[in-house]
Amino acid sequence: MIELKKINKVYDDGFQALKNIDLTFEEGQINVLIGPSGCGKTTTMKLLNRLTDYTDGQLLIDGKDIKEINPIELRRRMGYVIQSIGLFPHMTIYDNVATVPKLLKWEKLKIKERVKELLTMVNLSPETYMTRYPSELSGGQQQRIGVIRALAAEPSTILMDEPFSALDPISREQLQDELVRLQKEIKKTIVFVTHDMDEAIKIADQIILMKDGHIVQKGSPNEILANPVNDFVREFIGEERLGTTVSLPPIGELMRKNYLSISTNLSKQETIDFMVANQVSELPLVDEQGGYKGVISLYKALKSKQTNLVELADQSVVTVEETTDVNSIMEQFLQTNPIIPVVSEQNKLVGVLETSKLLDAFHQIFKNKSGVA
Amino acid sequence: MSFITELGLYMAENYSTLLSLTLEHILMVVYGLGMALLVGVPLGIIAARYEKVAPLILSLTNILQLIPSLAMLAILMIYFGLGFETMVIGLFFYSLLPIVRNTYVGIREVDPSITEAGVGVGMTALQLLYKVQFPLSIPFLMAGLRVASVIAVAVACIGPYIGAGGLGKEIISGISLQSDVKIYAGAIPAALLAITADLILGKIEKNKKQRIA
Repeated sequence: MIELKKINKVYDDGFQALKNIDLTFEEGQINVLIGPSGCGKTTTMKLLNRLTDYTDGQLLIDGKDIKEINPIELRRRMGYVIQSIGLFPHMTIYDNVATVPKLLKWEKLKIKERVKELLTMVNLSPETYMTRYPSELSGGQQQRIGVIRALAAEPSTILMDEPFSALDPISREQLQDELVRLQKEIKKTIVFVTHDMDEAIKIADQIILMKDGHIVQKGSPNEILANPVNDFVREFIGEERLGTTVSLPPIGELMRKNYLSISTNLSKQETIDFMVANQVSELPLVDEQGGYKGVISLYKALKSKQTNLVELADQSVVTVEETTDVNSIMEQFLQTNPIIPVVSEQNKLVGVLETSKLLDAFHQIFKNKSGVA
Repeated sequence: MSFITELGLYMAENYSTLLSLTLEHILMVVYGLGMALLVGVPLGIIAARYEKVAPLILSLTNILQLIPSLAMLAILMIYFGLGFETMVIGLFFYSLLPIVRNTYVGIREVDPSITEAGVGVGMTALQLLYKVQFPLSIPFLMAGLRVASVIAVAVACIGPYIGAGGLGKEIISGISLQSDVKIYAGAIPAALLAITADLILGKIEKNKKQRIA
């Protein structure tokens, strides 16, 4: 884990590049630093391998003050990928990838195995590419080599400074996909600098949005998309992207308020009759005070010998709160329950979300969207 | 036509003398260039690394280059006496500028992003120099060496004035004897030497460049 505590950086000419940065880069996550040029995102990243130093504050790497770590050693255990790729043009692909293992004096055989493994990982055949020179590769291939060079010595942290921005759109997409796929295998702490919001949303676990040397907002892509803290963030995200999530109606509009429910006063037989009469297979169970007690399934009621309705009710059905964000309800869909009870903070049944109704709403939204496009 | 056969006959008769003079010529050039490489490359590196001393080193070597060759050799003769070694020292001074300057430029010209990558992966300053910066500056160095070698072959022709041998001996005795044949017998191999050196080093330079570009 990497922690930045109240970091300030002031240049000799008095320009303050970083203002009071408090930040944690979580282990095994892709942390994206984003912002307009000159916002301090690259400076922040370069603090981590001491390519720049801060003026005051504290930077801890796994609890250890960075100033106590030898910068050369520090850099060798941190992968570094730069925008202009920066492969060594006079070295073969093999020597490029093997740079850090060689600096760390690994055994030859081990280095060779590692290089082959890495090349295979990014779908470049080792036999074909090991002996080639960087100039013989396409831009996308070169940056793949740039990425695996950073991975070579199994660093725990990888710094990536706008690594894909110089590539053509197709290679960029491919490399982003590959990074996400790779990250599932390697689970490194990645600090990724970019100015491309699409890229950030696509790959980030945590987005840190910066402006003029301070952090404007940080959080998961969904959090930032759902709750931009100010106009700057909104503008930076872009109305179009905000649209995809914010235009979903709130829960109150989507749910049916006066949905049928079964009172705990009813007997089992009455319940079955009621459900058959209304042609429903599942209904929520409520007590006299309107407290939610679970969902009664007609099928289960007919099959089970249990006569106590409360016992019969399925407690495992996922409920959502009135205040729940609609976007996160999408995830509940995966649970394949046809109805989702909505309860108040006091666990009282407020209404029921029908998945079909929700889907309808989504369809409506996407129909409108594609109609415009 | 008769002159060419005369020249051919002369060269055939004296080929062993001419060959030893050519060898002597080559040796002087190679020693001079070798010393210039040994001293010039480190000087170039120092100039590239420490911006403050760069103007000093570059202008000093520049001044050496500006002294007329005959004057320089005459001055050197005062201190080192007549002979082969004095000539080698002269050639060394003459070759210094192209080598120092091109090493300096070569290292300064290394793409900053490549240097940054080197520092970023954890190379020490020395490792960065011998693994990245110096290898990448070799095409420039080769270009410098090429210029230096052509100059050195030419300057070496006035060797006999300070008691060194080489093809100059044939040319100068040709001048005093007013013998066209002798002058050509010295001048043609000297010119061929310069052309060959230029071609070979040019080829190496191109090879190195191709891979890096």
